[in-house]
Amino acid sequence: MAVAKKEQELIVTVSPHIRNDETVSRIMWTVSLSLLPAFVFGVYFFGPRAVYVTALCIVGAFFSEWLVQKMTGKEITLNDGSAFLTGLLLGMNLPSSAPFYIPLVSSFVAVAITKQLFGGLGYNIFNPALIGRAFALITWPRAMTTWFEPTAAFVGLDAKTTATPLAILKEGGMQKIIEIFGDKMSLYTDLLIGHRAGSLGETSVIALLIGGAFLIYKKYITWHIPISFLATVALMAWIFGGREGFFTGDPVLHLLSGGLILGAFFMATDYVTCPSTRTGQIIFGIGCGLLTILIRLKAGYPEGVMFAILLMNCFSPLIDRNMKSKVFGLAKEAQQ
Amino acid sequence: MQIGQEVKKGDLIGETTAFVSAPVHASVSGKVVALMDAPNAMGKMVPAVVIDNNGKEEWTQLRDNPDYMKLTPEELKGKIKDAGIVGMGGATFPTHVKLSPPKEKPIDVVIINGAECEPYLTADHRMMVESPSDIIEGLKILMKVLGVSKGYVGIENNKPDAIAKMKEASSGEANIEVAELEVKYPQGAEKMLIKAITDRNVPAGGLPMDVGVVVQNVGTALAVFEACRYGKPLIERVVTVTGLGVKTPGNLRARVGTPVKELIETCGGFNNSPAKVILGGPMMGFAQYTLDVPVAKGTSGILVMSEEEHSTSGKFGPCIKCGNCIDACPMGLMPSMLSLLSEKGFYEETKEYNLLDCFECGTCTYVCPSKRPIVQFVRLSKSLIKR
Repeated sequence: MAVAKKEQELIVTVSPHIRNDETVSRIMWTVSLSLLPAFVFGVYFFGPRAVYVTALCIVGAFFSEWLVQKMTGKEITLNDGSAFLTGLLLGMNLPSSAPFYIPLVSSFVAVAITKQLFGGLGYNIFNPALIGRAFALITWPRAMTTWFEPTAAFVGLDAKTTATPLAILKEGGMQKIIEIFGDKMSLYTDLLIGHRAGSLGETSVIALLIGGAFLIYKKYITWHIPISFLATVALMAWIFGGREGFFTGDPVLHLLSGGLILGAFFMATDYVTCPSTRTGQIIFGIGCGLLTILIRLKAGYPEGVMFAILLMNCFSPLIDRNMKSKVFGLAKEAQQ
Repeated sequence: MQIGQEVKKGDLIGETTAFVSAPVHASVSGKVVALMDAPNAMGKMVPAVVIDNNGKEEWTQLRDNPDYMKLTPEELKGKIKDAGIVGMGGATFPTHVKLSPPKEKPIDVVIINGAECEPYLTADHRMMVESPSDIIEGLKILMKVLGVSKGYVGIENNKPDAIAKMKEASSGEANIEVAELEVKYPQGAEKMLIKAITDRNVPAGGLPMDVGVVVQNVGTALAVFEACRYGKPLIERVVTVTGLGVKTPGNLRARVGTPVKELIETCGGFNNSPAKVILGGPMMGFAQYTLDVPVAKGTSGILVMSEEEHSTSGKFGPCIKCGNCIDACPMGLMPSMLSLLSEKGFYEETKEYNLLDCFECGTCTYVCPSKRPIVQFVRLSKSLIKR
């Protein structure tokens, strides 16, 4: 009988015998896709240099991944999309004015050092793209804070002194920033669309929100980190952000400026470097928010999202250890 | 038993004196031709009695008892024990043991599990559609044995015909309720079923009786009725034969002891090229290396999976800590940590992540984007830790 003949060829493996079709590479490429709207806005405002800088980052990321995997005799995993995503995120976090060596060196720092030397995908402590950017900011402070103005007329801002809204806020306060943008309404509108100086992929809030909503819809991220992060920033900015005393700050300006939206939806939510449980993620988001505002208001830098996320990355393992998931049928006290 | 001995259907052919055990009965009439070791579903060799079927279908003397409901709980329990009834959802825990909770654990609810323990399986569904009143009678017997006044039948709401039939069969019973359940895996796991129906949390490491509940499978309830009413021992069961690798899938009423090969042939044989033959379901079932393995009391399904249908985890990637497994785990564990610790050899540390509460449903492994064999890592840790 056919049945008896086939018996010899049966495969024996352990259960489960079915898997869903989700893969790591699909996740990475989907997240990359969700960054597309913001990247397109970046190119629209900052021109071909935005493509140039980002492309260099991606090439650098691919090369670094390939190099370390080759040298350590590991399997080459360029097609899993993680190096591409790191390169893309790094590019979107750089000013479009960056000279060619900044994207190349910082993508090497991101992928080769921060990710591969710590054990590769899944084992890095810090968000690779953000370490790449932090390295660049510390190494080339001037180049990293030279901002090209968006191609469309940037009202009242002259080319030589182009500054990011947060830098203007830090120097001249709310008064100055409204003066430059005209009135409060056009300030918010410009910030929402992304018509302002800044890293090439961080400016368009609306495009980033579209990408973020897409990721939440696809269940690749949940609301916990972005919302706790943004809510903390808004609350703290309102309480401490004003020059006329407590509760006079402008939370909307802080929400729409800097790398906050990009950071909250796409960087802080990096699976590998954020806590795994929902409670842990809320704590992580609040921590990111507090540090962001602390740096924005009290430190030497006008923007604090990058350092806030990197600092909180250190705490992720600790948060995970102490915020374990709730075990079915186990009283909270009984859990270690 | 001796070689050459004549047996009839229902004759006792195996028993032990251990409390947690159930007797085995001849499922055909004929002559004993061998006493040997045969493979069971887990691939282990176990003692077996081989009977040459004479095709006469002669029954041993059965005691029909239309007044079974007048028997005392102890008498009913004795009948269930003598009939060799075990949990037919797959775990094959002796039913009379489950019906003998210690005095300090009072039971107030009996649940009949009609939530089909795994995808692909439809045997329980079929039984509920075809023998609803017998199942309800079985439930009433179980309630009487345990002195319980509340009975439920839990059915997933994608089986409206079974729900309708069971509701109709239990319409005259004020204390029996058909509970419609959300469709999800593992809804048929005892703890999840109890939570869904009674909103009680079985404590970690505990048993359903800790919250006053006894759960029995649909097939078990049916067998309980047949044992008490007709004195019929458990010698046959409904088996789902399915998967893309079999020509005409269906539910078969099969005798315990029938080689799996014969059931597949009854269903038209293999289709294209079968990759795996699994006893049980796709999530927790056992892949077979031989088709001589017999249908046992706990064989709920024979799943013949085609090349495209099944998956293995030959190659897997690193954990990217996406948390999908944490979201999916019905026990609220952190499978990602269990697999990472086990992978790196930190077996003792897995206890801090409640290793022993894992009942290996496989959901974490199903959802893992890195295709990590998480359940297998859990099994590895379980076998290597100091208990």
